[in-house]
Amino acid sequence: MNGRDLFDECVGTLFGRPGRSGLTTLGTVIGVGALVATLGLSKTAGNQIVGRFDQLAATDVMVTPKTSGSGRLVTSLPWDSEARVRRLNGVTTAGTLSDVDLKGQLVGGVPVQDPRGQSRFRLPVKAASPGLFEAVRATVATGRLPDIGHSTRADRVAVVGPTAAERLHLTRLDRQPAIFIGDRLYLVIGILDDVERQPGLLDAVVIPEGTAAREFGLVAPGALQVETRIGASALIAEQVPVALSPSEPSLLKVVAPPEPRRVRVGIESDLNSLFLLLGGLSVLVGAIGIANVTLVSVLERVGEIGLRRSLGAARRHIAAQFLAESTTQGLLGGILGASLGVVVVVVVSASRSWTPVLEPWVPLAAPFLGGATGLLAGLYPSIRAASLEPADALRATL
Amino acid sequence: MTAVGLADPAGPSSDGAGSPACVVELTGIWRTYGVEPPVHALRAVDLVIAQGDWLAIVGPSGSGKSTLLNVIGLLDRPTAGTYRLEGIDVEGYDDLARAGLRGRHIGFVFQSFHLLPHRSILENVMLAELYRGEPRAGRRQRAAAALERVGLARRAEFPPSRLSGGERQRAAIARALLGKPSLLLCDEPTGNLDSRSSAGVLELLSELSADGLTLAVITHDEHVAGFASRRVRMVDGSLSVER
Repeated sequence: MNGRDLFDECVGTLFGRPGRSGLTTLGTVIGVGALVATLGLSKTAGNQIVGRFDQLAATDVMVTPKTSGSGRLVTSLPWDSEARVRRLNGVTTAGTLSDVDLKGQLVGGVPVQDPRGQSRFRLPVKAASPGLFEAVRATVATGRLPDIGHSTRADRVAVVGPTAAERLHLTRLDRQPAIFIGDRLYLVIGILDDVERQPGLLDAVVIPEGTAAREFGLVAPGALQVETRIGASALIAEQVPVALSPSEPSLLKVVAPPEPRRVRVGIESDLNSLFLLLGGLSVLVGAIGIANVTLVSVLERVGEIGLRRSLGAARRHIAAQFLAESTTQGLLGGILGASLGVVVVVVVSASRSWTPVLEPWVPLAAPFLGGATGLLAGLYPSIRAASLEPADALRATL
Repeated sequence: MTAVGLADPAGPSSDGAGSPACVVELTGIWRTYGVEPPVHALRAVDLVIAQGDWLAIVGPSGSGKSTLLNVIGLLDRPTAGTYRLEGIDVEGYDDLARAGLRGRHIGFVFQSFHLLPHRSILENVMLAELYRGEPRAGRRQRAAAALERVGLARRAEFPPSRLSGGERQRAAIARALLGKPSLLLCDEPTGNLDSRSSAGVLELLSELSADGLTLAVITHDEHVAGFASRRVRMVDGSLSVER
């Protein structure tokens, strides 16, 4: 009796009674399916948590000049920082942002005679290059954002953050409102709705960089905000100083997001231990199912065992056959369970608009887990079958 | 305790050509079950079945017929005595070796046919070669030829449940014949059959015997025993010659 014969016998028996085989296998299918699904879903869920965090943080690179011990800047960013950095592969957008030193001057709306109301405030004024608004993902409530023309011509225009707009009583732009910065009048061309980075912009007045240089003597941009493609931040953080300060790249301070890997590992280990426990329990239940049914089937097939012994089967042949049957059932259960688990992961992910993530070894190892389950489950029944005395076994009818 | 010596090589045998070799040679076989009190299923049985013999073993139920058949068929080990199958002393053979001998030399026919219900007749017959180490190639053809021999070629793909009792027993005989056994052991082969089916099976056995097959048939039906060339009777575990 060779392997092919054993396999044929196995298939013949299992497919001779498909209903029973199917029900027996169901336990393993559910067990292995639950295991694969839980592993896949925990991985998927863990990845989503990190993924959400990723999108904004993992693409954020900030560059500022280092300061010396006494707080003085040791270098400065070039005016064309934005253009230099945009040339790097992996940068989606970049812009410079500086604090404008008003030297004690206040910002105010158009003077209104209101004895209780204050009309001039100490508001932060910032200077931005045209690309900054994209780099901080600014959205506009009304109006528009300044462009490169405003900066080169040093136009006296301003964009106001929503908090600052409220204090300055700015709500609409159709009558071309203006504000005072110091004693010069600036035309408000836009009111910001929100920004995703640099929340300081929300209560600030933002003027073009060129304007700040001419009106307030801004000597160099204060900081560079870079947005990278996902996964490129580490590389860009390395390249940006060289691009901006080829002679002394070490004088620039670069803030890049930490590698998200450790966060991910932490989340997974928590979820996995619980899920694995549940999945392991389901496989155990599946194994008990196979053991039980195989044992019943040994008792039912005493006559068949007797017949096989009469045809020349030794004890080991009988044991091998029952082991092969239970192992095949486990293996089939494992394959079906792995498929079911993958389907569950995909369907759940689809319903939550998640990206399904599954370690490739999980569905590949699942059939072997099923096979091992079947093998172990069949051990005792096959020993029982092999230990039957042929003369006794033949007394039973088929 | 009647020991029946039939070891005489010139003993009655349907095959008269020369001195027939002994297929089965039992000497002083005891088979005892239990200890207190011991039950002697076989008591000092001596029996020789020569090649080409058709031996009928008759006796009431519980007389030890089945135990004798199991010992001859290597399904049971005697408590004492010597058993030679085709001249080989099987004493000391382990389970694997006995199974091998059984598969190669002995064909079994049972009262209740023992056909696997979820396999076709052809597959049931093919089962006979499974443990014998025969090549897989041509197994289907050999099984089909065996079915042809018993007149069931047209039933090959049927499940056993669609065959009559007589046809089932003929299929079981075809399975036992596959691989040309030295000895065909039949345990009440017509016990579950009506008289017409019985006649068909007995006719088949007669043909096989005429072809030189050695047969040992257990029966309590005098009519069936009448077909045999030789007849022994079991009573309380002891064997006596009938004729």
